[in-house]
Amino acid sequence: MYSTTEHIGVNELGDMIINVGPQHPATHGVLHLVITLNGETVKKVEPHLGYIHRSIEKMCESLSYRQFIYSTSRMDYLSSHINNHGCALAVEKGLQVEIPARAEVIRVLMGELTRVASHILWWGALAMDIGAFTPFFHAFREREMINEIMEETCGARLTMNYMVPGGVMFDLHPNFHKRVKALLQQFKDKLDEYDELVTYNTIFINRTKGVGFISAEDAISYGMSGPSARASGVSCDIRKIYPYGMYDKVQFDEVLLQEGDTYARYLVRMQEIRQSLSIIEQLIDNIPEGDFQAKTKAVLKLPKGEYYSRVETARGEFGVYIVSEGGMTPYRIKFRSPGFSNLSALDHMTRGSKIGDLVATMGSLDLVIPDIDR
Amino acid sequence: MISFSEIASSVHQWLNSHLSPAWVLTVEMVIVGVAAIALFALLGLVLVIMERKVAAYMQIRLGPNRVGPKGMLQSTADTVKLLVKEGITPAGADKFMFNLAPFIAMITAMLLLAPLGFAKDFQIWDLNIGVLYVTAVSSLSVIAILMAGWSSNNKYSLLGAMRSGAQIVSYELSAGLAIMTIVVLTGSLQLSEIVESQRNGWWIFKGHLPALIAFVIFIIAVTAETNRAPFDLAEAESELTAGFHTEYSGMKFALFFLAEYINVFTVCAIGATLFLGGWMPFHIGNWEGFNHVMDYIPSSIWFFGKTFFLIFVIMWFRWTFPRLRIDQLLDLEWKYLLPISMFNIILVTVIAIYHLHG
Amino acid sequence: MFIVDYIKSIYGAMKSMGTGMKRTAYYFTHHKEIITEQYPDNRDTLVLPERFRGEVVMTHTEQNEHRCTGCTACELACPNGTIKIVTKFDISPEGKKKKAVDKFIYHLELCTMCNLCIEACPTNAIKMAQSFEHSVFDRSQLTKVLNQPGSKLEEGVE
Repeated sequence: MYSTTEHIGVNELGDMIINVGPQHPATHGVLHLVITLNGETVKKVEPHLGYIHRSIEKMCESLSYRQFIYSTSRMDYLSSHINNHGCALAVEKGLQVEIPARAEVIRVLMGELTRVASHILWWGALAMDIGAFTPFFHAFREREMINEIMEETCGARLTMNYMVPGGVMFDLHPNFHKRVKALLQQFKDKLDEYDELVTYNTIFINRTKGVGFISAEDAISYGMSGPSARASGVSCDIRKIYPYGMYDKVQFDEVLLQEGDTYARYLVRMQEIRQSLSIIEQLIDNIPEGDFQAKTKAVLKLPKGEYYSRVETARGEFGVYIVSEGGMTPYRIKFRSPGFSNLSALDHMTRGSKIGDLVATMGSLDLVIPDIDR
Repeated sequence: MISFSEIASSVHQWLNSHLSPAWVLTVEMVIVGVAAIALFALLGLVLVIMERKVAAYMQIRLGPNRVGPKGMLQSTADTVKLLVKEGITPAGADKFMFNLAPFIAMITAMLLLAPLGFAKDFQIWDLNIGVLYVTAVSSLSVIAILMAGWSSNNKYSLLGAMRSGAQIVSYELSAGLAIMTIVVLTGSLQLSEIVESQRNGWWIFKGHLPALIAFVIFIIAVTAETNRAPFDLAEAESELTAGFHTEYSGMKFALFFLAEYINVFTVCAIGATLFLGGWMPFHIGNWEGFNHVMDYIPSSIWFFGKTFFLIFVIMWFRWTFPRLRIDQLLDLEWKYLLPISMFNIILVTVIAIYHLHG
Repeated sequence: MFIVDYIKSIYGAMKSMGTGMKRTAYYFTHHKEIITEQYPDNRDTLVLPERFRGEVVMTHTEQNEHRCTGCTACELACPNGTIKIVTKFDISPEGKKKKAVDKFIYHLELCTMCNLCIEACPTNAIKMAQSFEHSVFDRSQLTKVLNQPGSKLEEGVE
């Protein structure tokens, strides 16, 4: 793993070996990258994982089907709601319950709000990785509005635990409609500002265009998903190919670009914010009346068998695989998290580029470290 | 109205009447030294709080607002904290160089203060090659950064220092050429004479297009030379954590920090002297009344006002733009700034030969 | 033409930077856009939504009565082992033994505010409070007994 000359930080070829992380501003968490450098040029990137491994999968084996959902919020904490949605879908598949239409709409609405919040935060963080500080604070202004909506309806800001098998935990708050309308208006005004500050800035374009390129074939073979893969032209939006919830009934486009560089990944996410807002706009006035939760038993037992569900989180495809022996707790749970596969492509994307490019590329992958380590 | 020059001359007369000339010189040097250090300390405090407030307002925040009225004593509190903090020298570091580097950074920043004209007839040392002195001394600061980066025995520091070396060496060129335009127009290297030549209008107005181009290039080049964003590659905290001063702590770190701000101040003061007329008030043609009102404002206010305006512009850059990559940074210098400033100097020579300037 | 492209690229770069600087200058001069909340100072005016989950509390009436029957549904529903219920046997006026809650022990330091215990409670005995400033110097203070000393079960709650 480590070469023998690690302690002096130079390998046999005279290349410098640098540890980026686990405490480093660019890794957004406790990711540890061992980078081999030839001057400023990156020769190899080796991610070392496990600093925030909490064995959530094993933990879930001793939790009931109602309980385990909350722990998935702690994986990809920026799209915790969508993670919970995936778990709820897998459990519902086993229980064979019909979800009320109102619950479906609420789930999708909340999921899209989460996606927007996640992308907005990512936008600020990428700009900060590239060296601009101001966008980070501007991003928090809009994110705060979404967090307030979440706080009011779900009771928490980040790890909402709003999903229960069979629906959602509470009905929508009376203020929800008003606040979402205000949010949509706010975004209409402010998305252009984002472009002024970052998207059309020459330095930003120079820093990101042609940087961290990955072809569609490589993206597929590394198992990349989500906006990072769609920037290379891989059509992989679960909301389109395997629609769940309400997604087959709403109009939205899968954003696909062919360039495969950091700027394309940036543009895909910026477009996705607009697409998500249009989904919210379509649904907000058409929330059907009815129950927000299907009647389920107090103790849930999944019939013996295997259940798989997949959802599209803000980072890519999130899969939940449950093996049930018919008991109260799952026999085995496996999560397919998007960040892990996306990170694996980092080495391929950044070889031969500069340190600054490495940071920009890593930022554009939108890594959430607890999601990678679980 | 009491002016700085009157105070200076009265002190000089008083000392001459009491002491022998050799002692007068010694005492005056001590006074200047103390005044320079006091100015530095004050400038450091003011500029740090100014930067934090500018950043805060641009980032829709309030910024420091707890210590003192409107948070104005925040930087003082921070300085006290840094003073009492332990200055760690890493075990693997070259101890002598490591401890020397911050002082070299500070001394080079201090040396640049000498030829600046802070007010009318108020200058520490009005040497006849002022511009040359400024360009020569300002390039010394890279030595301190290289020393700090090398002696820290830290790979981030080393990378930061090497970046800084490449950066300052290349941006010296266009900064120098931008200064040369004004030297060509004035025909003098003495800063006081350059200020005097702008009595009937600042160079940025009467120097036509070349002076304007030179001014823009000068601002870009000095932003790079002082390692400020978007050219802060030597620090680049998202890439190299803190670059060349990663290993520094306590007052040694504070000296680097202070040296950066003093450098910003001095280069902006030089920019104000060369392009914006130094302590010269703003005059418009034949508007006697207006000009008279402008004359009434003390010259030191004019000087500091112009300098702080330029400092604000440099801070404005920092809080708006992303950082460049190292190869793009060099591209910008060698493919854009240098050719343009060379072309510009030809233009300005033509103007100077035909006496097209005012 | 090379020179034209060169000048165009410089012009484009300058223009894009100018728009960015205009935007930051706008915020620099428009202080009403500032979104900072002066948190410890605005404690009095801070309004938290009624659904905000800060900690689990047990509701008591003015007669010091609660609604907890000690059924341990919340204890079973909790994913973290936050709640521990110690039961005792009350002797009812008819002389019958009846299970009742002795101590409702709540470990705030383990709680993730997932709301599953409140969902599970059949008698609405517990609810989420909006307090969120839980810092203490000794963590033993985070282990709380939710039922007040001397409190009884409310009449008619089964």
